[in-house]
Amino acid sequence: MDLKYTPEEEAFRAKVRAFFEAELPADIRDRMRLGKRTRKDDLVRWQRILHGHGWGAVMWPTRFGGTGWNVIQQHIFEEERADIGAPPQNAFSLRMLAPVLMAFANSAQAEYFLPRIIAGEDWWCQGYSEPGSGSDLASLRTSAVRHGDHYLVNGQKTWNTWGQYADWIFCLVRTGTEGRPQQGISFLLIDMKSPGITLKPITMLDGEHEINEIWFDNVRVPAQNLVGDENKGWTYAKFLLTHERTNNAGIGSCKRALKNLKQIAAAQVSHGRPLIEDSRFRDRIAQVELELMALEITNLRVLSATATESRALGPEVSVLKIKGSEIQQTLAELQMQALGPDALPYLREALEMDWVADPSFAEHYRPYAPPLSGQYFNLRKTTIYAGSTEIQKNIISQMILGL
Amino acid sequence: MDFNYSNEQLALQETLQRFIGRDYGFERRRELARSPLGFSAEAWAQYADLGLLSLPFPEEFGGLGGNAVDIMLVMELVGRGLLLEPFSSTVVMCGGLIRDAASEPLKRSMLPRIGAGEIKLALACYEAAGRYELSRVACTAVRGTEGWRISGRKTVVLDASSADYFLVSARTGGDVADDHGVSLFLVGRKAAGVTTFAYPTQSGGRAADLHLVDVAVDASALIGAPGEGLAVVERAVDRGIAALCAEAVGIIVALNEATLNYLKTRKQFGVPIGKFQALQHRMADMFIAAEQARSMAVIAAVYTDSADAAERRRAISGAKAYIGQAARLVGQQAVQMHGAMGVVDDLIVSHYFKRLTMIDLSLGDVDYHLARFSDMLA
Repeated sequence: MDLKYTPEEEAFRAKVRAFFEAELPADIRDRMRLGKRTRKDDLVRWQRILHGHGWGAVMWPTRFGGTGWNVIQQHIFEEERADIGAPPQNAFSLRMLAPVLMAFANSAQAEYFLPRIIAGEDWWCQGYSEPGSGSDLASLRTSAVRHGDHYLVNGQKTWNTWGQYADWIFCLVRTGTEGRPQQGISFLLIDMKSPGITLKPITMLDGEHEINEIWFDNVRVPAQNLVGDENKGWTYAKFLLTHERTNNAGIGSCKRALKNLKQIAAAQVSHGRPLIEDSRFRDRIAQVELELMALEITNLRVLSATATESRALGPEVSVLKIKGSEIQQTLAELQMQALGPDALPYLREALEMDWVADPSFAEHYRPYAPPLSGQYFNLRKTTIYAGSTEIQKNIISQMILGL
Repeated sequence: MDFNYSNEQLALQETLQRFIGRDYGFERRRELARSPLGFSAEAWAQYADLGLLSLPFPEEFGGLGGNAVDIMLVMELVGRGLLLEPFSSTVVMCGGLIRDAASEPLKRSMLPRIGAGEIKLALACYEAAGRYELSRVACTAVRGTEGWRISGRKTVVLDASSADYFLVSARTGGDVADDHGVSLFLVGRKAAGVTTFAYPTQSGGRAADLHLVDVAVDASALIGAPGEGLAVVERAVDRGIAALCAEAVGIIVALNEATLNYLKTRKQFGVPIGKFQALQHRMADMFIAAEQARSMAVIAAVYTDSADAAERRRAISGAKAYIGQAARLVGQQAVQMHGAMGVVDDLIVSHYFKRLTMIDLSLGDVDYHLARFSDMLA
């Protein structure tokens, strides 16, 4: 047991860092660092740069074009990515759908979709939740009825993150009504250009358009777009969620946010001294830093154990999801609080790079300030999405503890 | 980075687990806690045979050359078994201190005897009302013609009642709270002028207050440079903290197992109480706390050997503060979920709880270490 990075790992980190420094476009980096609005173009451009370097999918095995990196290498990559301000990659396709395709899709599906994902050609969104099916996902009702060589899909999905950018959506649909609700679910890949699909934006509490509702009205989906077996979709869905939750730990992003928080707390003044010298506030930073220190090691312990034992990730990722989401929220809250009254202005236009404050006040505005309250509000989602904290605790108590 | 134990470490773990299962059951442990000695002399001899008492010492002094991760592994089982023997005081803190800071002749005379189980030591580093301030030393050492004469009082010296030697911090210069001017001395229990007031601790171990009246020691009893002893004591206490962190993790895991078992077997309203979501979610919180606490114990262990004092302090204080909070959650909730069974002496649960509580109060509590960690952020 050793927490020190080996010389090889340090060299790897230097290589990753050098690549980011050389290849990350400055405009993308600036938008990321200042919390500006995310654009599809940023993510696609960055994905193509990574792919061009052979690093399009750091979590994939080499036989699918991934880097084949071990968990420590992936951790280093993610840390450096967040630290320098490179965008995250599209998790829906790379981290969630792709493992399902690798494990359960037929070769034609894998050979068609995986290369397009890694090359940044297709944008995928997730079609899981429905208005009546949130935590009780298995109660979903969007139906797919087989007619010869195609399915006819009817129903409604919701909370589809970045659905407005999507070329494709992977959907859980009901293909059977016999037995337990879990038994009649299938995993279907649907082209977003299909006739009968309507997408409607949902405005979130920060005023931003990140999520959507999607309606399906007699949408024809070729039967060849069914992944695995009909009515086995629940198995694939849970497999996917396990991968989704691993990603939710977000260690790299949290480390970056902690750094930002300390910088803000050093720049703001309270009781005549830098805020960070106020022990009431500093102790709260210390507390979340401790949680993050622990989670970084817990995360690596879990991933290393699965790698050593050559087994799939299990319900222990719920621990990572619960803690990671709480830490993200706390860091966002403390950054907002550190700003004090400067957290009050609601300036949507400030989320664009070319925004400048009224010249007579320009000195007053710190460029990082306007997005921070919005980020706090936005990140309330983290303990709700991908299985709420309460669902994660159900999973721990049932799957790990056997209660 | 590597998160696996070596084969030797796994073998050591298994041996100790077997020993606890066979020779250190809960009833036996309760008898030992009530006995005059307060622990098992036979167990101590077995630890020597197993090599535990020489584990962290260099081979040239008869040791096994083990590292802090080895100690972590042992201490976790010390926690699970609620072992009462003064392993941490003698081997980890005092043995570690002698190994790190003593002269060659002193190492040569002390370390092999510690390893053989012939002598036990206790670290006398705290004084009345000074809480956890190691620099707060009123006890004095005055240079005489042939050595030093030490006078003063030391309080709650862990494992002092069975110790053959004390490592005593005493002031050779400066004011009562100065960092400089603290020196460290090896004092024999039988030296003229040493009296002890011994008592059991809340968690079944033993401790004593030390009264030293003009105690004469040789010049060779001084460990390290005169006036520069504080860093030496701090380093030893850091090792003790890392050990306590691992001990706490061992208890937290064992307590979670006991509570989980109770949730599955205790029935009320016609069902096992573990069917109730209020209890399930609390148990999940305790499971998460255990995983996170283990990660912090690993951090503490790995950085104990770090030569960078700031890096070490950050890891050690961070771990102690974090694990103290996790221990409080798990300890209190384990008692709560056991209902009235949680507050009786007959069940191991209350003993685990008391030990966790005393661990927090030993070598700096949550607030003390959170403040130290926090002060390093600015």
